[in-house]
Amino acid sequence: MPWRLLRFAFSKKHPEPRMFTRHEKLKPAYDVVIIGGGGHGLAAAYYLAREHGVTNVCVLEKGYIGGGNTGRNTTIIRSNYLTPEGVQFYDASLALWRDLSADFDLNLFYANRGHFTLAHTDASLRTMRWRAEVNKQYGVDSELVGPEAVKKAAPMIDLRCSGHAPILGALYHAPGSVARHDAVAWGYGRGADRRGVEIHQKTEVLGIETAGGKVTGVQTSRGHIATSKVLCAVAGFTPRILKMVEIPSPIYIHPLQAMVSEPVKPFLDPILVSGSLHVYISQSARGELVMGASLDPYEVHSTRSSLEFVEGLTAEMLNMFPFLSNVRVMRQWAGMADMTPDFAPIMGKTPLEGFYLDSGWGTWGFKATPIAGKTMAHTIAHDAPHPLITGFALDRFRNYALTGEKGAASVGH
Amino acid sequence: MRLPSVEREWLNRAQKIEFSFEGRPYEGYAGDSISSALWANGVRVLGRSFKYHRPRGLLSLANHDVNALFQQGGEPNIRGDARPLETGMRLTAVNTFGGGVAHDNGRFLGLLSRFLPVGFYYKAFHTKALFPLWEKVFRLTTGLGKVDFATPRKRTAKSYDFCDVLVVGGGPSGLAAACAAAKAGARVVIVEENARLGGSGVYQLGADAQRAAILEALLQQVEAADNIRVLVDHYAAGYYKDHWLPLVAHAADAPLRKMRAKSVIVASGAFEQPAVFRANDLPGVMLASAAQRLFYRYGIRPLENPLVLTANADGYRAALDMAKSGARVAAVVDLRGTHAANDLEQQVRAQNIPIHVAASVVEAVPGPGGKSVIAARVGAFADGKAAFGDLREIPCDGILMSVGWAGAANLLYQAETRMRYDDAVEQFVPEHLPEGVFACGKVNGVHTLAAKLIDGERAGAAAAVHAGFGAKGEGVEVPAEIESPSHPWPIIEHPQGKNFVDFDEDVQFKDIANAIQEGFDNIELLKRYSTSGMGPSQGKHSNMNVLRILARLTGKTPAEVGTTTARPMYHPVSMAALAGRGFSPERRTPLHGRHAALGAEWLSAGAWQRPAYYRQDGKTAQECIHAEAAAVRGGVGLIDVGTLGKLEIRGKDAAEFLERVYVSRYANLKVGMSRYAVMCDEAGVIIDDGVVARLAEDHFYFTTTTSGAAGVYAELSRLHILWKLEVTLVNHTGAYAAVNLAGQKSRAVLSRLTDLDLSGAAFPYLGVRTGEVAGIPARLLRVGFVGEWGYEIHVPATYGGALWDALMTAGAAEGIRPFGVEAQRLLRLEKGHIIIGQDSDGLTTPLDLNLHWAVKMEKPFFVGQRSLAILEKKPAKQRLVGLVFPTLPNDAREKPQECNLVIEAGEIAGRITSIAYSPTLQRHIALAFVRPARIRPGERVDIRLSSGDTLTAEVFVPPFYDPENLRQKIAD
Repeated sequence: MPWRLLRFAFSKKHPEPRMFTRHEKLKPAYDVVIIGGGGHGLAAAYYLAREHGVTNVCVLEKGYIGGGNTGRNTTIIRSNYLTPEGVQFYDASLALWRDLSADFDLNLFYANRGHFTLAHTDASLRTMRWRAEVNKQYGVDSELVGPEAVKKAAPMIDLRCSGHAPILGALYHAPGSVARHDAVAWGYGRGADRRGVEIHQKTEVLGIETAGGKVTGVQTSRGHIATSKVLCAVAGFTPRILKMVEIPSPIYIHPLQAMVSEPVKPFLDPILVSGSLHVYISQSARGELVMGASLDPYEVHSTRSSLEFVEGLTAEMLNMFPFLSNVRVMRQWAGMADMTPDFAPIMGKTPLEGFYLDSGWGTWGFKATPIAGKTMAHTIAHDAPHPLITGFALDRFRNYALTGEKGAASVGH
Repeated sequence: MRLPSVEREWLNRAQKIEFSFEGRPYEGYAGDSISSALWANGVRVLGRSFKYHRPRGLLSLANHDVNALFQQGGEPNIRGDARPLETGMRLTAVNTFGGGVAHDNGRFLGLLSRFLPVGFYYKAFHTKALFPLWEKVFRLTTGLGKVDFATPRKRTAKSYDFCDVLVVGGGPSGLAAACAAAKAGARVVIVEENARLGGSGVYQLGADAQRAAILEALLQQVEAADNIRVLVDHYAAGYYKDHWLPLVAHAADAPLRKMRAKSVIVASGAFEQPAVFRANDLPGVMLASAAQRLFYRYGIRPLENPLVLTANADGYRAALDMAKSGARVAAVVDLRGTHAANDLEQQVRAQNIPIHVAASVVEAVPGPGGKSVIAARVGAFADGKAAFGDLREIPCDGILMSVGWAGAANLLYQAETRMRYDDAVEQFVPEHLPEGVFACGKVNGVHTLAAKLIDGERAGAAAAVHAGFGAKGEGVEVPAEIESPSHPWPIIEHPQGKNFVDFDEDVQFKDIANAIQEGFDNIELLKRYSTSGMGPSQGKHSNMNVLRILARLTGKTPAEVGTTTARPMYHPVSMAALAGRGFSPERRTPLHGRHAALGAEWLSAGAWQRPAYYRQDGKTAQECIHAEAAAVRGGVGLIDVGTLGKLEIRGKDAAEFLERVYVSRYANLKVGMSRYAVMCDEAGVIIDDGVVARLAEDHFYFTTTTSGAAGVYAELSRLHILWKLEVTLVNHTGAYAAVNLAGQKSRAVLSRLTDLDLSGAAFPYLGVRTGEVAGIPARLLRVGFVGEWGYEIHVPATYGGALWDALMTAGAAEGIRPFGVEAQRLLRLEKGHIIIGQDSDGLTTPLDLNLHWAVKMEKPFFVGQRSLAILEKKPAKQRLVGLVFPTLPNDAREKPQECNLVIEAGEIAGRITSIAYSPTLQRHIALAFVRPARIRPGERVDIRLSSGDTLTAEVFVPPFYDPENLRQKIAD
């Protein structure tokens, strides 16, 4: 029993202060306004304050912090991407993740489980070898393994997948991890708050003011703010914010759904992803099986769940794990994924001076939280893109300099 | 204890059921639930709590008693309050650590509770070195039941169902609604999660025969209506768009029923809510409705000497029901100072039951081991505050809580209903219902029996009108509640704690208060931090109290605080029920049986099964593949290419359409000729290829890749709608069989089966003909994918087998040999032909693949043209070239593999996309992307092998085989 917990037993009053200061009013002006109180926005605020001394910052959140895709994703963290830009970026993220609990003095349940991307066809084996080779080039622990390695890590798996799609091998990524997603937002929020950043929840952005090609202010549901720098970190709402500043983008929104089972005694250690069955699964610290699948096949701005999703996902999951037949699905939900044509994010500066973009996070945003925050903070503080994100600039679509990450997407799209 | 038969009980006393719990045998009756049978046998500790392993009994008997979860064989987390008892069940409690449910060693965790405040796990255990160890410990303690890896896949059917009006919930208001809708002529389905209809009408009686008679009358009406179908033992697990509800059976292996209704009436009632006081979790403390259910459904006297804690008329009725069951009711303790149900109060007094008003139970006094209640400590209660100074201890063996309700509005939320907090009934009620959604009864804030019937009739009539039955009537006035059925603050802030708010997760009042202090003062954040409402009951008994606490501690109203989102599932649903039989389609060509008979080794290509090669006794896979390739090179081979996408386009604008979707010219293609076809997306990325054949001026037949077929057809259909050209597009992929007859002797073989003139002049390379082959109408294309003289022959699918047989017979003399996909890959590699998806990726343009010759930039338009025009002017990033390996011995231990990287000065400079050992050329050949500076023949590049070793390769301009294309001139 860690000694820290003793103080709870021997103090009459709960000895913990507020994590997030309540601010009754918005100030008339801030140096930086961050739209979106998810992991990314809060991380950017945190690193702006901690590493660049920029503390006159406010984070505006329409709902509650971490309530968007930060709280809706399936918390898988990995860096076995396909492009050099992607691999280096996500690997830098992984390095931050490892120290984040200590950094925050908050247990994020960052659990290193190992990550298998299962191959059911020789074509997917070929793509995985490509990923493994690129990963190795950048020092990322990633290798192609045979079915026996999958069986060893998850002995209960049906390698034949009920005969429909036998597992031929896998891309194994030892550093693959999961974390308690909500706590990531809280940790960044508390850290930013302690350094002077103001977090305003239930505050909606209604408009962005510009003059002479520069940002001058933000209109919110709680009043007007003057500012020269705005970071947009709103995932599925990106097209709506971009419309306010009339910046065209190639982002399109698809729902991405997930579900959890009732808690059962932990039996599954690794994270398993199957591109052919379009499903993935891990078991949370609470014993719930966290399961997801590919994007919904249609563009729609909605977080309503669908029955087709749970029907399809359970059927494929039972092909892999027939014994889960009696396990019950407890809850399903949906998030809105801001997809890009090349499956890489859109980060950095925009044609509008003082307007910065952290978007295009599709299905791969959670794992990037620390590095996205850190590089965006750098980009805002220096008004120049951090070297790790130059491959993710918005103008790459105009310049035909795409960063093709489709092959590294966890499940088919 | 079990009573002699109670009127209208749900048991079949003639059928005894033997079962065991924790190794001890018990007996129940058919009609019992697991929990009712155990309670009748005097078992009070049914399970242990999740965090502190405290003994727990019954709470709701309404499918959210998640502290009474059972394991039966391989099935975990069985809800004892909802699952019917079955003969031979061998049940154990989930989540106990040695000693079974009675002496669970996990109970010692409870002693640590002072050290484990809300969110304790966020505050410690996170040193990098020790976390992995702590995690192992956590994983030992978490989870509920165990999965059994030997459990077989269950495959149950699903059914589709339709109705005009679906009524969710067969209580009084739901039944009234169903009758009203049926009377208007609608086809009605009532779905009721319990074994019988009636809802609260069955048990919320207050020993009043008149109330029972009202229900009887309703049930008879339902029975008499032939347009009402009743589905008991089923629950609506979710409300999806367009009135689409899965109806799930409690019974294992029953089919999931997917109901589409024109109108849906949500008459799902309300969840009775617990009061929060010290030790409110002891076995024997339960919701009053649970006790009433035990009595009226299962013929059980739930407690001998219960105390009723109430804040509404329902509590007085519960006291009367308990008295009727033969219990000696210790007292009625009413949180309120005054109330309006004087008649009920008189009846209670007439039973000599003492009533304490403006008072509350502040603490339940535990018996030995915390496994029972021996008394209740009662103090004055006013303005939401209890007086702890002067407590009266009232002996009792249990406490029935009847202090309020939360509407079972989960389905309404999922249907996107806007809700509002109604101060008059202290609960959330619908404010704006979406079209086609109706609500009545308790979920609508209507609790009085007479009013529920009126509300039900109103909703039933309106739902019928929406479904097209009956005429819109006058607005009906539903009488308002005389007093609130729910108390706004049934909560005792006991200084010593153990006053539980959420029983799933052992969340106490102070945990909520402390979480709020730490800044989690938004209802959603509070849920996530305190975990209240995150357990298997999903907050059914806790959300309302959490919300009340948050409102009070932050000085807000419940309306301002709002609720969390109620997502599917309403109750958890087994994965087997959701998965159904499972549908994993597999496509087979018409020649599948032939391949199987020939010993095909299969390869999956999307949903298709294709022969990779044909096995031969005593030969390795590679030997078989090489033998097949040699047959094609030396004589004649036959391959099934029926999986190719096969499309046909006709109409005035057919040529124009193809001009736009493919990069080459087709307007100038002569009738009777074909041309290679490359398709790009708008970014100029190559997405598919095939062959376009012109059958007539306005009529083309064209192929796509196997994996691209469905996507290309969908995209072309989209473009067809967009462009409105005068064409008809048909997908023949499954309707045609196709084979490729290839090799120098192919013409000789084919000539025996057709009257077509096969001379090189009459039927040249890339020519297209229609005619008969072996009497079968066929389309023939002279193609050269594998680099030999050959014919692709397309016939209607039903003739595929006959064509194959005829060709095999006709070619016997030439030693015709079937070949598979692997040999084809090898042969086309020798010829330097690309495979889209293997030799290209998500960013590859035709320019990268040296297909400049095919791209006709001078055309007015084609998809991707604009992008290619821009890309053309930019320096290329990569080019596809051939590679040979001068230093690689044919028997090298490590050979390069597809996707091994090209490395230049330590950087990634490309990759191998295809590689094979060519038996024809007797060496390894490959296609690879390299930097544009390295495309000259003879240029050296370094390949990094999977082991990390480097191998030098030499650039070679393909084709490797027959560079002059002489083979298209050579046929026997």
